[in-house]
Amino acid sequence: MAAASASSVDSPRISTLILQRKTLAIGLAIIVVITLLAVLAPLIAPYAPGKLSIVNRLKPPSATWFFGTDEFGRDIFSRTIYAGQLSLLVGAAATALAATVGITLGLVAGFFRKADGIVSRIIDAMMAFPDILLAIALVAALGPSLATVIVALGVVYAPRLARVVRASTLVIRELPYVEAARALGVPTWRIMTRHVLRNLVSPILVQATFIFAYAMLAEAGLSFLGVGVSPEIPTWGTMIAAGRQYVGQADWMTIFPGLAIILTVLSLQLVGDGLRDLLDPRLRKDL
Amino acid sequence: MAMSTPNAGNHPDALADDIVLRADNLRTHFIMGARAAKSVDGVTLTVRRGQTLAVVGESGSGKSVTSLSIMRLLAHPGRIVGGRLLYRMRDGGVVDLATLSDKRMRAIRGKEIAMIFQEPMTSLNPLYTVGDQIMEMIRLHEPVDRHEARTRARRMLELVEIPAPDKRLDQYPHEMSGGMRQRVMIALALACNPALLIADEPTTALDVTIQAQILDLMRRLQREIGMSILFVTHNLGVVAEIAHEVAVMYAGRVVEQAPVHDLFARPRHPYTKGLLACIPDAKRDRADDGTRKMLNPIPGSVPSVLALPAGCAFAPRCPLAEPHCETAPPELLNASPEHLTRCWRHELL
Amino acid sequence: MTRYVLQRLFGMLTVMFTVVTIVFVIVRVAPGDPAAVMLGPDATPADIDVLRVRLGLDQSLPVQYLYFLAQLARGDLGHSIFLDMPVAAALLDRAEPTFFLTVFAILIASAIALPVGIMSAYKRGSFFDQSVTTLTMLAASIPSFWLGLILIQVFAVRFGWFPVAGYGGPDASFLTRMSHLVLPAVALGVVSSALITRFTRASMLDVLNDDYVRTARSKGMGEFRVIMKHAFKNALIPVLTVVGLTAALLVSGAVVTETVFSLPGVGNLVVSAVLRRDYPVIQGALLVIAAIYVLINFGIDLLYLMIDPRVRY
Repeated sequence: MAAASASSVDSPRISTLILQRKTLAIGLAIIVVITLLAVLAPLIAPYAPGKLSIVNRLKPPSATWFFGTDEFGRDIFSRTIYAGQLSLLVGAAATALAATVGITLGLVAGFFRKADGIVSRIIDAMMAFPDILLAIALVAALGPSLATVIVALGVVYAPRLARVVRASTLVIRELPYVEAARALGVPTWRIMTRHVLRNLVSPILVQATFIFAYAMLAEAGLSFLGVGVSPEIPTWGTMIAAGRQYVGQADWMTIFPGLAIILTVLSLQLVGDGLRDLLDPRLRKDL
Repeated sequence: MAMSTPNAGNHPDALADDIVLRADNLRTHFIMGARAAKSVDGVTLTVRRGQTLAVVGESGSGKSVTSLSIMRLLAHPGRIVGGRLLYRMRDGGVVDLATLSDKRMRAIRGKEIAMIFQEPMTSLNPLYTVGDQIMEMIRLHEPVDRHEARTRARRMLELVEIPAPDKRLDQYPHEMSGGMRQRVMIALALACNPALLIADEPTTALDVTIQAQILDLMRRLQREIGMSILFVTHNLGVVAEIAHEVAVMYAGRVVEQAPVHDLFARPRHPYTKGLLACIPDAKRDRADDGTRKMLNPIPGSVPSVLALPAGCAFAPRCPLAEPHCETAPPELLNASPEHLTRCWRHELL
Repeated sequence: MTRYVLQRLFGMLTVMFTVVTIVFVIVRVAPGDPAAVMLGPDATPADIDVLRVRLGLDQSLPVQYLYFLAQLARGDLGHSIFLDMPVAAALLDRAEPTFFLTVFAILIASAIALPVGIMSAYKRGSFFDQSVTTLTMLAASIPSFWLGLILIQVFAVRFGWFPVAGYGGPDASFLTRMSHLVLPAVALGVVSSALITRFTRASMLDVLNDDYVRTARSKGMGEFRVIMKHAFKNALIPVLTVVGLTAALLVSGAVVTETVFSLPGVGNLVVSAVLRRDYPVIQGALLVIAAIYVLINFGIDLLYLMIDPRVRY
């Protein structure tokens, strides 16, 4: 996970800095708790996520069912923490894909003048599509499944990273030590990975955290619309979609998975904001 | 604190007729939590009617903060924490700018006291024509219609010797050079005929020939209009050219105020003496036998405004310092009737 | 000035051309035979062949691409087999709710974001500012469809102030139709206000310490006028860019929000088109929405021209 790895990247100094930055510490704490809940769901969940109990359908929250039950009498709390597994997985995988594609494209565009024209134009055009709409179209074209949702979101968010990486690469490639390395005949790919990429770690990390957040929101949207993962699979989005039929009757069906999304996305944004302040105050401006 | 300033009279609110502005032990601090940066900590100076007082000092000496305090344009967290800023209005009444309400202060800004700044390139709003910006000033303070405001704005551009004023009125700042923009700023500042013009390093950002032109212009305008000028600068060469009187600032205080000739001829504060020794082309640079003397930079460095010494702030660097100087902050003393100094040992100079 | 407009125009056209190409690629990467998928499992091979010819799928890809471009050049977005009508007409049919929803949402978002962002920057570091920073982050974390459902629960079901869903039926008056847009517009507007607020705050912070703002104060101007006339106008340029970007976010928000409120808009059309594999509709909607986005941004580039004299040269 992009956020969690931040603490292990460097020396102990960073960990003290993290504690000094309240937002970052709070965000990291929440995201760690949410991840633990999701990963340890089999141990924590009081019920199996798919366990039906028609007698207990649409029960309000109580000591027995913390978050109430759904239309099949399934425990919403258990389902919410299980759903976290998939929602986090989709978010993380989409971010990883977006990072891989985006960084590559950005480096190529920033480093090779000839490629820049085409790549930049593609990036601009991709950004002209609203994220969810483009994801919907891609999922429709590839056929809906967990994998295609990940691929679609990865493709949708890659341009954002590509843009950041390209802009920074354009600056870094002109720096004296990069020029010196080039003059010494260091191979281009090595300059890119050694000198450029290392300098890009902080903007990439910050951007990736935000993309993680957006991707989770988008996944929830796709699932809600029924054009993402199968409605049978519990994700926060599909749970809200199921609760939609019972608005006014069993509000807890929508409220709790929604709160789970909000809390996760919020903590990711806190981490992103905190990282930005921590790693590079100059980045603050472009939000 | 015992003030023996000439012309001040006995009553604290009294301001002699020929004085436009008098700062009395002005203290402006920047308060950050428990700490305070005492950027201005006991500034006393007088600006006389129709004259130019140059405020000289190194960067960080508090000269810009003093001018912003007079305009009450301090950026957060700066605040006037003590002292008085007595100002004589054009109608003869005396007000204390340090305690005036925001509303009354707004009526004074631009109308009574106007200001020009160091950076002509950025001091004008890029999105409005220079005509609009001058007319805005006029219409803020006087009940005139657009047409009349424009006529007056045009006259102001003529006054500051901008060629083709009709065309220039409709141009934007980015279409003009730095010198031209500073002329526009002067036109803007003088548009409502203020009694006092505060010029905060107005020529520092300009190159030397333009600098001379702007100084000429300001001198001419002062002769014609008769406004007083408080001219903030770090450049003693500029002081010699424009000032009638000079106030030298060091570490948040005025350490010496005197007519320009007296000050250059016989500085009565070791810091001023040190400053003058740093000007390469001053007359004093030649020794009695006519040979060139070495430039003598003052040893040591300016104390931090966060930790000023208890006594004289200059004592640690002062060749004349004695133990007494380190403990007792010197009062403003009369070296001669018009020459004030904050040095216990000025007699030795 | 002419050069600036021509540059932007050229930029817009190249982006649009790339958009068209991307849409073409997306629709063609679909695995399997689109004709077969569209007609469903019960179609005879003969039917499929007829459709293939009709869609031009029997041609090579470059030829298909050229056909596609020629078709678009004529303003033809294709034909929906499922709806049995031209895609352009289908989109136009559904345009009204989406258009008003987006417009209302952007108005609500700006009405919240601009004053709050300005105030937040002006009172930097205050309790108000810190609350705003926290709240905008919270708002940016809320899925608009979830907020929509909550609004329905509270204001439609419990209080009965607004209709729960739909667009009032075919004979509904304009006012009734608009009343159906209140809750979705609020849901969308609140969520998108977050980004605009943060940008307004950031760009106000950039200009508040500028020298010309101090000059304006030195003229004896009141604070309100200093902030609005001198600072905000300079901050507006980056803010406009974000409002343009938000327009795209709003469209994607609208797609989901329309589903929540069962509004018969473009978003709803797209979602049902995806569910029944109506590729021409998906393709047409993608093109039109991307085109609108590009046009809005072109419009904003032209607005710069009005605001900033420096661009005119």
